[in-house]
Amino acid sequence: MPELHAQADVIPEIPVGAAVERLVDWLYDNFLPFFEFLSWLGTSIYELCSSALLYLPALVMVGLLTALGWWLRGWKFAIYAFLGTTLIISMGFWQHAMQTLTLILLATVLATVASVPLGILAAYSDGISRLLRPLLDFMQTTPPFVYLVPALALFGIGVFPGMVATVIFAMPPGVRLTELGIRRVDPEMVEAGEAFGAPQWQILTRIQIPLALPTVLAGINQVIMLALSMVVIAALVGAGGLGEDVYRSITTTNIGLGAASGLAVVLLAIYLDRLTQSLGDRSAVATAQRATETA
Amino acid sequence: MTVRNVSTLRAENLYKVFGHRSNEAVRRLKAGADRAEVSEDLKVTPALIDASFDVNPGELFVVMGLSGSGKSTLIRMLNGLLLPSAGKVFVEDQELTALGDRQLRQLRRDRVSMVFQHFALFPHRSVLDNAAYALEVRKVGKRDRIEKARRALEMVGLSGWDNSFPFQLSGGMRQRVGLARALAAETDILLMDEAFSALDPLIRRQMQDQLIGLQHSLHKTIVFITHDLNEAMKLGDRIAILQAGRIVQIGTAEDILNTPANDYVAQFMQDVDRSRVLTADAVKEKPPATIPLGSDPRETLQIMVDHQLSTALVTDDGQRLAGAVLDEEVAAAAKREDDSIESLIHTDIPKTTRDAVIAEILVPTDESALPIAVVDDDDRLLGIVPRTRLLAALGRHYGGDTGPSDHFDAAEADRA
Repeated sequence: MPELHAQADVIPEIPVGAAVERLVDWLYDNFLPFFEFLSWLGTSIYELCSSALLYLPALVMVGLLTALGWWLRGWKFAIYAFLGTTLIISMGFWQHAMQTLTLILLATVLATVASVPLGILAAYSDGISRLLRPLLDFMQTTPPFVYLVPALALFGIGVFPGMVATVIFAMPPGVRLTELGIRRVDPEMVEAGEAFGAPQWQILTRIQIPLALPTVLAGINQVIMLALSMVVIAALVGAGGLGEDVYRSITTTNIGLGAASGLAVVLLAIYLDRLTQSLGDRSAVATAQRATETA
Repeated sequence: MTVRNVSTLRAENLYKVFGHRSNEAVRRLKAGADRAEVSEDLKVTPALIDASFDVNPGELFVVMGLSGSGKSTLIRMLNGLLLPSAGKVFVEDQELTALGDRQLRQLRRDRVSMVFQHFALFPHRSVLDNAAYALEVRKVGKRDRIEKARRALEMVGLSGWDNSFPFQLSGGMRQRVGLARALAAETDILLMDEAFSALDPLIRRQMQDQLIGLQHSLHKTIVFITHDLNEAMKLGDRIAILQAGRIVQIGTAEDILNTPANDYVAQFMQDVDRSRVLTADAVKEKPPATIPLGSDPRETLQIMVDHQLSTALVTDDGQRLAGAVLDEEVAAAAKREDDSIESLIHTDIPKTTRDAVIAEILVPTDESALPIAVVDDDDRLLGIVPRTRLLAALGRHYGGDTGPSDHFDAAEADRA
């Protein structure tokens, strides 16, 4: 113990916690209307989307999801989609499942919109890449509760702070895999574009992004999976959906409810995972690569 | 600045040094410092040192060098993909090395296109879209673009493959798409970076022949990079040889073969199949005597005896080749006191054109005692190639007798 005291004397205390607290206070004092507006906007969009998904009768939605699975992946997956979704209905989670689906899709869209451009910037600039790396580490590894509390303070209880936390946690693989995908495009492809006088923007949009697409889509797939893993934490601040059922099962030690709602999350996760994977597989480049590998 | 000949592409004292202290490295290299020493001292890589050359309109200019000789660096400076550490590149009167990004892109779109070693086709685009790429960049309308791309694909023999994707094609076909992409761009300058090196030998030879064929009708100005000397000799109107970043010799295949600039080049030449490089023009001799067409057998025999000939060529007064006569037959006719040699003339004698390579004319020699007549397009006699002359020309690099070299000198003087 004496050593500890001695160290404490030598190394001055840095009030990290207090600084962050002051920052959040300052944001609260000066920008609260702005955050409230964001929260209102996000919540409204969420309500709109989830009521759109729930507007159609559940069985029609089952049909649509099954058809989508068939179109993108084939009949085996369509069977899974049909059985999975009907199982969710029969367990009584349909409404919550659609709410969760909405949350995931919105968070994924937001995360993609933010992460793909960041990934491209990072691929182009080593400086930005170096700068982003610790930030992404922070987003991926900080326990979500840490930023959930300030998010609560600024956005209030509801679906939006849950969505923000989900985006923060789910975004990093989107950035990383976009950067990786762009960086791994054969330099000769880029050189060919340059040699024929294509401007940089065209090289990016017509050569680099199409060629990086399978990797970028793998990143978005990971974003979706990570977003799904956040449903319970999002439910803690009032995001609703399947996460709420899981959370309720914990607080009421209801093993049956926990198992059933957990299964519903997994069914949803597998459906979204396979669906987005097949998006990547279907891109022209992936087809070409597969063909050359088997040749 | 002095007036200079308009060459399509011109490099002036180009240097490229990779590394932080490139300026200092260039300064020292210019002062005559050794490449290895500069590289060691400054921790830089001098890739190209003081390269200067002109490429004439319609010329196929080959740059030959082994890996690490700086040839890839060189070709990338000709369209500004790399900027030189020092020196200038001109495309006609436009200084490429002084252009801004926008102008440089413009120049690449309008004047210079490129074919790549590993084809660099876009895997996500169809063959047609690949071929049309340069036109797309140039914002040519879709209909026009497709038509031109189709025509380019036709030129390289790939009609009907429009909707295939690169991965469905063999290596040779892929490179033909690469060539079509560059041809469709309709630039007058074509840069070919080891374009055939990744292909297997048989396909490579086909591609070389195709390029020669295309060049006959298109007359592009081509800079062709290769590490294969036989390829260089086959394709190049002129060849520049790169050794450790420096151009050590520029000349025609024959120049380089017969008068290598240094030991390095001479060593290279050992591997060259001389019979495929040397032309009839280079080894031909002036015939010791020709017989005028109107001569009688007695005059003819006299000329042949004077020059100790067993056969002699007969030409008309326009120097056009009529055929050959044999000494025994002439002697017999003289004895019979015939008054014309016309019935004695053999017309089916071996003939060749001046640009035929020795490999092509070796075969007729083996079957015939007659020397080979070298004639021009109008059948005018330019010279003869005796069998012994062929062997002497082929044997030069074995250190044997070099034979009468005045004919080579004469051939060079012709070109100059």
